[in-house]
Amino acid sequence: MTPELVAQHQLSPDEYRKIVGILGREPSYTELGIFSVMWSEHCSYKSSRLHLKKLPTSGKLVVQGPGENAGIIDIGGGYVIAFKIESHNHPSFIEPFQGAATGVGGILRDIFTMGARPIAVMDSLRFGRLDDPVTGARNRRILSGVVAGIAHYGNCFGVPTVGGECLFEPCYDGNPLINVFALGVCRKEDVFYARAAGAGNPVIYVGARTGRDGIHGASMASAEFTEESKQKRPNVQVGDPLMEKLLLEACLEAMQTGAIVGIQDMGAAGLTCSTCEMGSRGGVGIEIELDRVPQRETGMTPYETMLSESQERMLLVAEKGREEEVFRVFRKWGLEAVEIGVVTTDGRLRVKQHGVTVAEIPAHELADEAPLYDRPHTEPLRRAPMSVERASVLGDVQEALPALLASPDSCSKRWIWEQYDYQVRTNTIAGPERTDAAIIRIKETGDAVAMSLDGNGRYCYLSPREGAQLAVAECCRNLSTVGAEPVAATNCLNFGNPERPEIMAQLVEAIEGMAEACRFFDTPITGGNVSLYNETLGEGIYPTPVMGIVGLLKTAAPVTIPFKSPGRAVVLLGGIGGCDETRFGGTGYAKEILKQLWGLPPALDLEREKRVQSAIREIVAAGLAESAHDLSDGGLAVALAECSFGSAGIGAAIDVDSDLRPEMLAFHEAPSRILISTAHAGKVAAIAEKHGIEAPVVGVTIEKGMEIRQRSMTLGSWEIATLRAVYHGALESYVR
Amino acid sequence: MRFGVIVFPGSNCDHDAFYAVGTNLGQPVEYIWHDSSTLGAVDAVILPGGFAYGDYLRCGAIAKFSPVMRAVRQFASGGGLVLGVCNGFQILVEAGLLPGALIRNRGLKFICREVRLAVETADSPFTSAARKGQTLRMPIAHGEGCYFADERTLDELEAEDRIAFRYDGNPNGSLRDIAGVLSRERNVMGMMPHPERATKPLMGSSDGLTVFQSMMGAAVRV
Repeated sequence: MTPELVAQHQLSPDEYRKIVGILGREPSYTELGIFSVMWSEHCSYKSSRLHLKKLPTSGKLVVQGPGENAGIIDIGGGYVIAFKIESHNHPSFIEPFQGAATGVGGILRDIFTMGARPIAVMDSLRFGRLDDPVTGARNRRILSGVVAGIAHYGNCFGVPTVGGECLFEPCYDGNPLINVFALGVCRKEDVFYARAAGAGNPVIYVGARTGRDGIHGASMASAEFTEESKQKRPNVQVGDPLMEKLLLEACLEAMQTGAIVGIQDMGAAGLTCSTCEMGSRGGVGIEIELDRVPQRETGMTPYETMLSESQERMLLVAEKGREEEVFRVFRKWGLEAVEIGVVTTDGRLRVKQHGVTVAEIPAHELADEAPLYDRPHTEPLRRAPMSVERASVLGDVQEALPALLASPDSCSKRWIWEQYDYQVRTNTIAGPERTDAAIIRIKETGDAVAMSLDGNGRYCYLSPREGAQLAVAECCRNLSTVGAEPVAATNCLNFGNPERPEIMAQLVEAIEGMAEACRFFDTPITGGNVSLYNETLGEGIYPTPVMGIVGLLKTAAPVTIPFKSPGRAVVLLGGIGGCDETRFGGTGYAKEILKQLWGLPPALDLEREKRVQSAIREIVAAGLAESAHDLSDGGLAVALAECSFGSAGIGAAIDVDSDLRPEMLAFHEAPSRILISTAHAGKVAAIAEKHGIEAPVVGVTIEKGMEIRQRSMTLGSWEIATLRAVYHGALESYVR
Repeated sequence: MRFGVIVFPGSNCDHDAFYAVGTNLGQPVEYIWHDSSTLGAVDAVILPGGFAYGDYLRCGAIAKFSPVMRAVRQFASGGGLVLGVCNGFQILVEAGLLPGALIRNRGLKFICREVRLAVETADSPFTSAARKGQTLRMPIAHGEGCYFADERTLDELEAEDRIAFRYDGNPNGSLRDIAGVLSRERNVMGMMPHPERATKPLMGSSDGLTVFQSMMGAAVRV
């Protein structure tokens, strides 16, 4: 084994010495490959594990926390939900359509491998600038390809894509982020785990055949991009959503036979990861014979077979003697199911070809004893100044609002979500852009689940700690605004190269901020994903932790964003809020109108945030809100406009009593604020007072038009139709 | 009225159709597996939406060879009610039970949105509970829903009053705004919009009930 070969496998000399120590000898080429994928950053979390331990992971509803294929939460009535978010950033940059499609496929398998039927998907996407003269064309192509790939896979599989978020920054030019969240439901007693057990039990391979695609995909996802990255296109897999759909139905049906002991999908690191992880979790060994693995290419070496990341494959352990019950189900669905090995007692992953052992590694050491690094971290990287020259902050509210509504970040994402089937399975109570959080009913229990994704790279760049907390708060606020109680979270941590101390510092601070906020809101993290090395040619992305939080509520007609009728009081729950110039530098206004970034993200008071959320949940539960929408990107003015874009065409005239400069009043992004319209202003005020928050009546809904005044002075007045046209037409005009 | 919902590999609105007629309309309903050679004792058959066999070839081009399609053909020729929704419509067209073809949406993209449909005829077992000219709201969700046929066929469909629904605001480029058509004997209907997704106010609309209620009424008359 030459040092060059070891280095090619992205293993350090120390890591190699550790491998030799575990084996008591030099590894074979196949074994080196196996270690290299299992100990890659993607599979082993070697740079982040130490800090991930700081996250809260338990709670009264948590059935399964991190460590399995997905987290599980008890939703009552004998049912649980399984959910998780995962990234597919690197593959999607190299091949947008298939990269995104297989990203959806991977997370769906994580859900149904737990025994849960996927009932909702959401996506958090980041792309480079669409209008950049140099990179714009490529960014538009990546956006179109990613959206088409998600649509292709999710629509065909038959899971609704019910929401998400999509933002644009120059830092994602060479490194888009594709984070996919999926959620499934099953009966509590039907949950399956990825654990092998029972010596002598057969190990069964089901689904698609193994090919040479995706070899070293996990390692690819653990390195920065260079000019040569395009040559890695063969590392990206090709998705087959029909196969996945059949695999779903067959697996759920096979699980019902009671003959399955444990099951895991073959995702990153394929056959290697599924065998050693199932063995390690169960404290047993697994022996497989590669000759029996269904292959779609001839002459594959053990190295290739073990490292292939061909999609739509599952590995399961059945009870000995009941194999035929399992095979019968897979035959019915027209799928290949083959016994490729057996569970052993020796705790080893033993791989044979033609009866000869080609790899033999202790499963536990391989799966769970990967190197763990306490990487040095200093001050988080930030090149933005703390303050900005006063002159450049002046702006005109009248002109700025349509400009902001037309910006890629703030405009309607309808062009994207109309390409997704957001209704299949007929559980979607509130899909994209109808409410702040998507709502899916659980037909089996009569209750509903709300879900929200949020992340703001700009905020996190200015302060990773505060930015991560703001994302948690925003998700919880979105859920509360539809009346749901936030209960659990999943996270996707997208960062640059952790070997750079200033990037590692971003990761550490974001995790710590997130941990504090999740503890505060009692939303334990039940699983997630870390995606590091999001850098191209040495340029890192903004630190972009994306939160996915789920909440529970009763099934009912949702309180949606748009105003419904004229003459209603417009209440700003939480009040106009404070903002100084430092806290204005991360806003959409600063980005789009001033073209600058400075200062710190909006200030978050967790206590106050919680009180606002309790209040809105009580207001919604009491049926007092006719519409509800939280203030986020673009602040008060953008939120007010979005509330005015309903089919009824109702707008609002508001007059705000505040000392803030006009553009700050209109566009600052302080959290903990929710705009509602109500016919019961008195009762709303009483609830707000009970929770100790401000809730000024700032105006009234009107038949048409929208107007913002400050102490009777008009800051802006608009035709709704004009704003709506800008808001709905913007994204399509960029993409064309 | 006993409904049968056909399940092809890749059908994904089968559960939704089952739920709509079973739970929301309280009718007995069963799944019929694609390799079944008989339909059993059902009064009406639904070919649900989805991506039968992945639709990697032309939509419905493989599904039409399923064993169950022979039984569906027989059932239809005996006057049985056959409703194809979305992918089901595409399969019925491929199988020759309905005229025309469904090609890619004019915008070349999948579209999921609520549309308004005009009921073009109440003279069918699928629309008898509606008024001619009535507007129904229900969703579409398809990438290949642009209805296409030659001029002569289109004229014939109009002359024989076989256009069941037209779009009010054509989303996909369908010729003459056609959203749903009837067979010559009027007992087979295909439509791209999803009536099963509009069978409860919580779903956003219950206008889809009209289609199923019409079918139930037709069975009573028989």
